[in-house]
Amino acid sequence: MSATTTRDERYLMDRDRVLGPLFLLPAVVYILALVGLPLVLAVLYAFSDVTVADPRISGRDDFVGFDNFRAIWSDNVFRKALRNTVVFTLISQVIVLLLANILAMVLSADFHGKRLVRFLVLLPWTTPVALGVLGWFWMLDSVYSPIDWMMREVGLLGPDTPFGPARNMYWLGTTHLAQGAVILVHVWRTLPLATVILLAGLTAIPQDIRDAADIDGAGFWRQLFYIRLPLLLPIMAVALLFAIIFAFTDLTIALVLTRGGPVNDTQVLASWAYFKGIQGGNLAQGAAIALFLLPVLVAIAIAMLRLARRAGEETA
Amino acid sequence: MKHPTFRTDRDTMARVETRNLVKQFTASGAPAVNGISLQTTDGEFLVLLGPSGCGKTTLLRMIGGLEKPTSGDILIGDRVVNDLPPRARQIAMVFQSYALYPHMNVRNNISFPLKAAKLDKAAIEQKVQWASSILGIDQLLDRKPRQLSGGQRQRVALARALVREPNVFLLDEPLSNLDAQRRASARDELQVFQHEIGTTTIYVTHDQVEAMGLGDRIAVINDGTIRQLGTPHEIYEDPADTFVATFLGSPPMNLVERDGDLVGFRPEAVELVPPEHGDASSWLHLTLAEAREEYLGSEKLIYGEIDGVRVVARVHAGTPMPAHEGGKIPITVNRAALRIFDKDSGLRRQPASDSVSASPAEEASA
Repeated sequence: MSATTTRDERYLMDRDRVLGPLFLLPAVVYILALVGLPLVLAVLYAFSDVTVADPRISGRDDFVGFDNFRAIWSDNVFRKALRNTVVFTLISQVIVLLLANILAMVLSADFHGKRLVRFLVLLPWTTPVALGVLGWFWMLDSVYSPIDWMMREVGLLGPDTPFGPARNMYWLGTTHLAQGAVILVHVWRTLPLATVILLAGLTAIPQDIRDAADIDGAGFWRQLFYIRLPLLLPIMAVALLFAIIFAFTDLTIALVLTRGGPVNDTQVLASWAYFKGIQGGNLAQGAAIALFLLPVLVAIAIAMLRLARRAGEETA
Repeated sequence: MKHPTFRTDRDTMARVETRNLVKQFTASGAPAVNGISLQTTDGEFLVLLGPSGCGKTTLLRMIGGLEKPTSGDILIGDRVVNDLPPRARQIAMVFQSYALYPHMNVRNNISFPLKAAKLDKAAIEQKVQWASSILGIDQLLDRKPRQLSGGQRQRVALARALVREPNVFLLDEPLSNLDAQRRASARDELQVFQHEIGTTTIYVTHDQVEAMGLGDRIAVINDGTIRQLGTPHEIYEDPADTFVATFLGSPPMNLVERDGDLVGFRPEAVELVPPEHGDASSWLHLTLAEAREEYLGSEKLIYGEIDGVRVVARVHAGTPMPAHEGGKIPITVNRAALRIFDKDSGLRRQPASDSVSASPAEEASA
C-alpha cells in the first residue's frame, strides 16, 4: 500500500490537528468573552474614574491608581461588608461541613426510600437561587412569617412568652437574626452539593477497608477519625473549595433576603459592590470592591487544589 | 491481667464450627450458603475451595462477623458467636485486596488493631517489631502501601492480622493478586508461616493448586453446600461426586459412560502401552477416537473422544504415540484407578474405601 492511498483514507474525523482546535474553540471563545473580558474590564475600571454616566476610559488621565481602593477602605460600610463576608462564609462552611458529613453518612447507609431521601436532599440545589431565597424571604416575613405563627401557637412568642412580648421576631429586621438568616440560607443552599460530593467520596472508600477496620476492632469513632475522615479529606477539600467560593461571591442571598439591611449589617462585598457600582453609579469603586477579594480567592483555590492533589496521590 | 496473651487463649479455644449455616441475601433468590456444617480442629489449615459464586467467601465473612447468617450457628472455641461483632471474635482476616489503609504507613497499618485494643505504646511497638520481623518487612515500616510491591503488601496484611495474635486466621484469596511466580513462593512461605504460628486458619480460594498445596483439609463447595470435606489426598483420589472429580485436577478427571454409570479416571491413570498381562479383570480397555497430542515439555497430553465424550490422557513426554488407524488408539486403565459415579445424581457408587474393586457390570462390558 502506498503512502498516498493512506492519506486518501483519512477523513476529517481522523485529523487530530484540525479537530482538536476546532472542538476547543467554543470553550475558548466562551471563556475569553464571558470570563476574560469582564475580568480585564473590571481591573481597568478599578484603577480608573469611570461612572455609570461616564463609562469611557479615553486617556491616561482617566486612571487614578489606587484612589478607589483607598476610598472604599476608608468607608465603614465596606469594612462591615468585608467582615460579614468572611464571617458568614466561615460560619456557614463550618456548619455545612459538619452537617454534610453527618448527612452523607446517614445517606450511605442502607434503608428503604433511600433514593427518595437523596432526591429530596438535593432539591434545594436544583431551585434557582433567587426563587429559593424569595421563599425564605416570605418564611421570614416581619408580619406573616409562618415560623412566627408556629412559635405563637406553641407559646414561644407573644405576650408572656419566652420570646415575647412582641408578636413577631422580625427575623430580617434585627441585626443578629438577619445575620443568622443569611447564614441559614447559605447553609440550606450549599448543604445538598456538599452532601452529594461527600457521599460520592464515602462510596469510593472500598468495602474491604471498612471490613478490615471492623475486623481490626475499630469502633465507630475510631473508624470515623482514623479511616473515613482522612480518606475523605481530598474530596472534602474540593467540596469546601466550591462552597467557599460560592459563599464568598454570592450576591443573591444578601440582595434578595435583606438588601444588606438592617443598616448594612448583612452587607457583603458582592452586594456592596452592586449597590455602590450599579445602583450608586460609581462603577470604578464597585469594581474595586468586587476585585478586593480576588487575590484571596485565587490563593484559596490554589491551596485547596494542591491539598486535594497531594491527598489524592496518597490514597491512589 | 488486663490483656491476656492470645496465645494462652488460643490453646483452649481455637476450633471453628458451623452448624447448618444458611445465608440468603434476597428473599426470592437461591441461598448463597445453603446449610453448611463443618468443624475445624485446633491449629488446622482448612481450605474452602470452589468456583466463584459458590458461597465460600460468604461463609468466611459470616465466620468473621461481616455478614449475619440467615439461620444456623457459628461457634468459635465452643462459644456461639452469631451475635458478636467481628472485634469480639478474636479473629483476624486478610482480604483479597489486602485492604491496607492507604493513608497510613506500614507501622500504623500494623499497629491499628493494637491501638483499637488500647494497648500501651511500648507493647504496641514490641508487637509491631515482632510481627514485622517474622514476615521480613521490618525495613518497610515507614513506607506507605502505594510504595510497596504486591508481595510486600500481602506481607503487611499478614502482619496486621498476626499482630493481634488471633485465635483464627481468615484468609480470603490472599495470593490471587500476585503474579504467578511470586504466588508459588508466597504459597510456600504461607505454609511455613502457618505451621510456625500454629493458628487455626480458614483459607478461601478458587485455585485447586493452592488448595491442594496448603490445606490440611479441603472443603469443596458448590452452590452453597459442601460437596466433600477431606484431606487433599482423599479429595483427589476419592472424589465424592462428579463435581469434585472434575473441579480438581488439571486436566480434570475423565468421565465416560459405561452401562448406565459414569466411569471416572484421572488422565495420568491412562496407559498407552497395554500391559503384558492385561486381562480384563484388572484392566479396562478403551479406544480413543480422533486422538491428537499436545507436547508440554515434561509431559504430553493426548486428547481424544470416547463415545463423543472428550477424554484426556497424561503421559511422560518420551512416551511414543502408538500406531493408530484413522486417529484411533487403544488405551488401558487399571481398574484400581476407576471411580464409578451414579449417572443421575453424580454421586460416587461405591464407598470411597472400596474403590479398588471394580463393579461386575464393568468387567462384563470390558
